[in-house]
Amino acid sequence: MRYAETGFNLEVDLTRGNIERVPTDPRLTELHLGGLGTNARLFWDRVPPEVQPFSPDNLLVFGTGILVGTPAPGTNRTIVSCISPQTRLFGFSMMGGFWGPELKHAGYDKVIIRGKSPELVYLWIKDDKVELRDASHLRGLGTLESAEVIRQELDEPHAAVASIGLAGENRVFFASIEQGRSSASRLGLGAVMGDKKLKAIAVRGSGDINIARPAEYMEICNEALRYIVHREKNPIEGVMPILRGLGSPQEMAIHDEKWHTENFAWGNARVRRKGFWTKEISEQWTNTMETMRTRLLSCHNCPMKCGAAISVDTRLCSYMMKCFSKLTYTMGAFSDLEFGLRIAQKATEHGVDAFSAPQTMAFALELLEAGILTEQDMPGMPLDNEGRFYWLLDRIVRREGIGDILADGTYWAARAIGKGAEEYAHNNIKKTEQLPLKLGMLNPMYYLMYSTGEKVNITQIEGNFPQAPFPTREEREEFVKDWVHVPDDRFKKWFVDWELRGKNSIPHYPPIDATCEIVNWQEKLHYIDDCTGMCAGLSSFPYKPPFHIHNLPRLISAGTGLDLDEDSLTHLTRRNRDLVRANNLRRGMTRKDEEPPADHWKRRFPELETRLKDEYYKFKGWNNDGVPTRESLLELDLEFVAKDFMERGILRDGQDPPADSEASKASSEGSES
Amino acid sequence: MTRAKKKVIKIININADKCNGCRACEIICSSFHATPRYSSTNPARSRIRVIRDPLADIYIPVYAGEYTAAECAGRDKYTIGGKEYDECAFCRASCPSRDVFKEPDSGLPLKCDMCESDPSLDEPMCVQWCLADALTYEEREEEAPEERIVGELDAGLEALANKHGWQQLMDAMSRMSK
Ligand code: SF4
Ligand code: SF4
Ligand code: SF4
Repeated sequence: MRYAETGFNLEVDLTRGNIERVPTDPRLTELHLGGLGTNARLFWDRVPPEVQPFSPDNLLVFGTGILVGTPAPGTNRTIVSCISPQTRLFGFSMMGGFWGPELKHAGYDKVIIRGKSPELVYLWIKDDKVELRDASHLRGLGTLESAEVIRQELDEPHAAVASIGLAGENRVFFASIEQGRSSASRLGLGAVMGDKKLKAIAVRGSGDINIARPAEYMEICNEALRYIVHREKNPIEGVMPILRGLGSPQEMAIHDEKWHTENFAWGNARVRRKGFWTKEISEQWTNTMETMRTRLLSCHNCPMKCGAAISVDTRLCSYMMKCFSKLTYTMGAFSDLEFGLRIAQKATEHGVDAFSAPQTMAFALELLEAGILTEQDMPGMPLDNEGRFYWLLDRIVRREGIGDILADGTYWAARAIGKGAEEYAHNNIKKTEQLPLKLGMLNPMYYLMYSTGEKVNITQIEGNFPQAPFPTREEREEFVKDWVHVPDDRFKKWFVDWELRGKNSIPHYPPIDATCEIVNWQEKLHYIDDCTGMCAGLSSFPYKPPFHIHNLPRLISAGTGLDLDEDSLTHLTRRNRDLVRANNLRRGMTRKDEEPPADHWKRRFPELETRLKDEYYKFKGWNNDGVPTRESLLELDLEFVAKDFMERGILRDGQDPPADSEASKASSEGSES
Repeated sequence: MTRAKKKVIKIININADKCNGCRACEIICSSFHATPRYSSTNPARSRIRVIRDPLADIYIPVYAGEYTAAECAGRDKYTIGGKEYDECAFCRASCPSRDVFKEPDSGLPLKCDMCESDPSLDEPMCVQWCLADALTYEEREEEAPEERIVGELDAGLEALANKHGWQQLMDAMSRMSK
């Protein structure tokens, strides 16, 4: 018997309309666990670098984490992967909610979609019964609207539906896949789904998920629940309100937005508004939230309630919102919270990423102001900011007029527009819009996280280590007292010694070796979560979470029957992390792509930054170009990657290519000097 | 004749307003009742089901009650506070008209047993796992009238009384019950 996982994938060839239930190789579970790990392996094995995002050979994989659907709180993540139209790299985005557990109960770990359907279809999975159904009547419908129609016509009120809207159908590069309470939003996965003419996947299952060592597993789960109760009663002092508790940042529950509104940048990630958060604004926004928020909502098997039902006009729930999407439209348009919650309803139905969409619209308005775009490019656009945002959203999701260019996101749109527009696409990493943060002093840990994170999103690599030091040593000592989560005591010392000013402050503190360890620790936790399907909100993201490096190996082992300890889980995670990177290196990612936006910090330190990257690459077992060395690939049982890299000249003769990437480019073209 | 007696009433209070839709109750109920205990999870086997209709803001935990061989003659449809509930929404029966509260493979009816187990639990599992406090547990002692004994026993006693007379029979019973 297979434990925790089902041992089957669903292979769907849309070109031929063929559906197959395929047993998976248990050896791949041992090597990569599940979720992101096995997704990355599929892409390595089946999607060579020549495959373009909108090629029928691009795969779209919905991969549940290995613990999804088990009783462990928060195990509900599906990792959706494809070659991203935005980055042209291996893209992946996680969705919570209820879809993943339904798929597991239906008897599958992954749905692997290939090819392109001739007509718009949706996939209906009910246990052993799987079929492609006509979706022509859903064309143009919103994501939630479609889900409702599907549930009704199947007479399955509890089916979980992941669906695209107009944006996905029209291949908007930042189209999302929406799933009611949750979404896979980043990197344009929805565009690839639309390109494949797959409107939705509906799923309902009634099968068992088995646990290898039940008593032990439940002991850890119950312990975690008790800890969650304790942690909710004892919020962390001295940090901003949204970071005090567990879960994703508690944007739906908390009204105090001083930190975001005054520290994040408004418009096209430009304007810091010190003093914005007045008593009047605070009252107005609190009132908006209290009026429009109907209920706080959790994902499958999680008590954290990070989401909320939002009521626009008469419906009790017009859509469901979570996290920072609360403020992205508001701040992008220099408007208020009510506008933000209202336009987000439309945006969610159309299915767009709530980071990239408002930023792209703000970017367009900046170009208009700068005269790079003109009134002629925007015929009929209203004069007020709010009206303009609605107008632009509509043009983008329909790919009409200027919307057709903007639909490719700021990076590609700027290149298409030219005339200096590139300067305005200033907030990207790896061609993708980032959180609108513009700060003063370089933070070495964040420098590395922004640069080397391959999820291209800071929240998917940062986590357990506080974002800033607490003002006094006493507070820091207090914090580390019950900090059992750290790999070892050095981490506590690094934090205790970290000062706001002076010798032990950023950018030269933490020391480079400590910085590498801290960044690596935080990233490792995220990669574990992405394989288990545990929500980052109970593990890799918040301070002092219920799950951490000391209990996760026990949890995974008791659930799956694999025998993992901290060392072997760390080793496995390194393997997965390097395999994700290998996919991207093979697609042309280089050291040069690993940079935060130039204006992210006012004060930059090029020499220090180079050293940080050099040392971190070394720490990771990568050469100076960021390529895993042959040695470390062999150590990780990735000799097939090493072989491929040798053939492609990404690695040569087991030797590191020259540090200078221009030289290495030249040498890979055969002009060795 | 009836006589007052104490009896423990087990009550699960359901506050649907506090439900966040997480299904933890379904998950833990199905795990708890798996054999061996906790060896598998499957909400389809749970004795509590959360009726969810997110876009109507409907979240109602419903417990499995009695099995019924035949479905109701008619149907109820409730509207409460502007929310329209589906037919049969609040019904606890394992009924031929629908597939809830039945084992998915055998179709055998499921019924909440208040997590009866040895040793007994402080609180049912679904309550323990509902951190939102949508489900809370309480025990209440109630003066419960003893049920009037009917059927076989009545008939037997009547036969004895006819034979020996009521007085003799009562004397014998009070001797024996000391
Ligand atoms: S912590 Fe929040 S986002 Fe994560 S699973 Fe729980 S409810 Fe969902
Ligand atoms: S555990 Fe509680 S909050 Fe969660 S679905 Fe059940 S009743 Fe609702
Ligand atoms: S009381 Fe026990 S048997 Fe009844 S629904 Fe709750 S967990 Fe299941």
